[in-house]
Amino acid sequence: MTSNTENIPMPKSNRALFLEQMNRTFRSNKLTGVGAAIFLLVVLAAIFAPLLSTHDHIDQNILNRLEGPSDQFLMGTDAYGRDIYSRLLHGARISLIIGGVAIISAMIIGTAIGIIAGYYGGRTDDVIMQFNDILLSFPTLILGLIVVAMLGPNMQNMIIAISLTSIPGFTRIARAPTIVIRERDFIEACRALGYRDWRIMVYHILPNVLSDVMVMASLWLATAIRTEASLSFIGLGVKPPEATWGGMIREGFENILDNPWLSIFPGLAILLVVFSLNLLGDGLRDAIDPKTREA
Amino acid sequence: MFTFICRRLIISIPTLLAVISIIFTLVRIVPGDPAQTILGDQASASALDAMRERLGLNRPLLEQYFDFMGSALTGDWGESMVTGKPILGEVVNVLPYTLELTFVAVIFGVLTGLPLGIWSALHRNQLIDYLVRLTTLIGLSFPAFVSAILLLIVFAINLGWFPVISSGGRDDVIGWFRDLAMPALTLGTIMTAYIARVTRSSMLGVLSEDYIRTARAKGVPNNVIIWHHALRNALIPVVTMIGLFLGVLVGNSVLTEIVFNRPGLGKLIVGALGQRDYTMLQGLMVCYAFIIIFINMLTDLTYGLIDPRVKYQ
Repeated sequence: MTSNTENIPMPKSNRALFLEQMNRTFRSNKLTGVGAAIFLLVVLAAIFAPLLSTHDHIDQNILNRLEGPSDQFLMGTDAYGRDIYSRLLHGARISLIIGGVAIISAMIIGTAIGIIAGYYGGRTDDVIMQFNDILLSFPTLILGLIVVAMLGPNMQNMIIAISLTSIPGFTRIARAPTIVIRERDFIEACRALGYRDWRIMVYHILPNVLSDVMVMASLWLATAIRTEASLSFIGLGVKPPEATWGGMIREGFENILDNPWLSIFPGLAILLVVFSLNLLGDGLRDAIDPKTREA
Repeated sequence: MFTFICRRLIISIPTLLAVISIIFTLVRIVPGDPAQTILGDQASASALDAMRERLGLNRPLLEQYFDFMGSALTGDWGESMVTGKPILGEVVNVLPYTLELTFVAVIFGVLTGLPLGIWSALHRNQLIDYLVRLTTLIGLSFPAFVSAILLLIVFAINLGWFPVISSGGRDDVIGWFRDLAMPALTLGTIMTAYIARVTRSSMLGVLSEDYIRTARAKGVPNNVIIWHHALRNALIPVVTMIGLFLGVLVGNSVLTEIVFNRPGLGKLIVGALGQRDYTMLQGLMVCYAFIIIFINMLTDLTYGLIDPRVKYQ
């Protein structure tokens, strides 16, 4: 009884609606569930990488270099005699941490900017969106590459670079529904009640924008992981001997004529993760928007 | 038409200025002293001063800004810090390779992606539709360098149909094709996937419009409806997306050029990264800015070709 007022607000019902929608999606489109399951497996593999590894992923053993897949080395060994399977597991950690942290921070910053632009409108909106469109038109990879090159290749700068390239997308996605919601009666009511702008934005607009943003987050996490792998492949990733998928392909590429599996296994790993996220995100997007818009 | 192009050029000026400002800021916010980074820890104080002088770092920031802006716009991008050659010349030397690669990839993507998308839309929720959707999703999940490496392993190493290193030769048509085929296929398949998906959803949207129902009701033959009434309208968002994806393609061409060891902007960028050639990187960024703005303009122009409602005023 006493906390009755806390149970009424929009977020709750909205969240329930969202969950119901998700439930329907997973039941109607089996592939969405497959995508989610594969991604979950990869996350688990990354978390339990030390337990699942059969060898140390950094220790070099020159006697076992460039061996093919066998019982002892499930996916063979690289030019330094390191177990590819174990390196793959640890590489998953780096990809997921960089991709995850970058996308979550981009989501927070981008959504905030988008809601502010959409809510205030006018000059604020014009300036923010003009700047946003310019950033958006720049190829993700080129922008990320330049930023990492300027700041120096390490994990933190990779996160900054990938996050920076993802922010404009989130801004766009968050702004679009904000413009519509801003005009609705319940926002007018909030204003009449004298709520402050930030309170309206956080408690009344954000919950309505969140589902769109979350769906895009799963798709852009795929892009982020691909960008991370690409930058590592170019040689701008987390420094060796730490295992990164892009870096493993880069090293394997030097022996591509004789030992193609060095590049193929990490390549397939990237493909699997990106594909599972795309499958998941695509299904979720279909569920939210029946007309299935692209991009 | 001419006035339209002029107008578009004027509109793109603020964008260009903004991009150049971003590049200027980006280069300046780098922690530490660029001169120190370039020369290394052992550099003497006088060498550092000389380098700052050369880079113009000792002048007021505003002066540096306008100077940078002026030289970026007039094509005076300075000299490479490593080779000492003019950057514009280096870029112009390799630009045709990147452009021809991107161009052929887009053509490939349009020729395969459009029919696939239309086909998929016309068979909505049938087996073909699912297959197209699934394969295109796999197609756009491939990082360019992974598909490049797979193509390299299959077609160049195992089958030996194409050269492992694409030197971008252009002495005769066959050599040109053999060098270009695999890099273009790598980028082209990404484009196919994107275009097929956009075409499909755009086509589905248009097919559910009222005027299509009207056309059906008055007995217009099905293929006229599809090719004349629906496709033309469905193409407008596709063109927008192709413009956007061109940016993605330009980015991915970097990876493709590395894998196939092909001359182009990508190799130039990676070379500059390896040698910490900051002036070259700066020049390349300005070059990319010009390319992106050019693509945007081209996209706008194409609207008019498809949609007569767009007036070139």
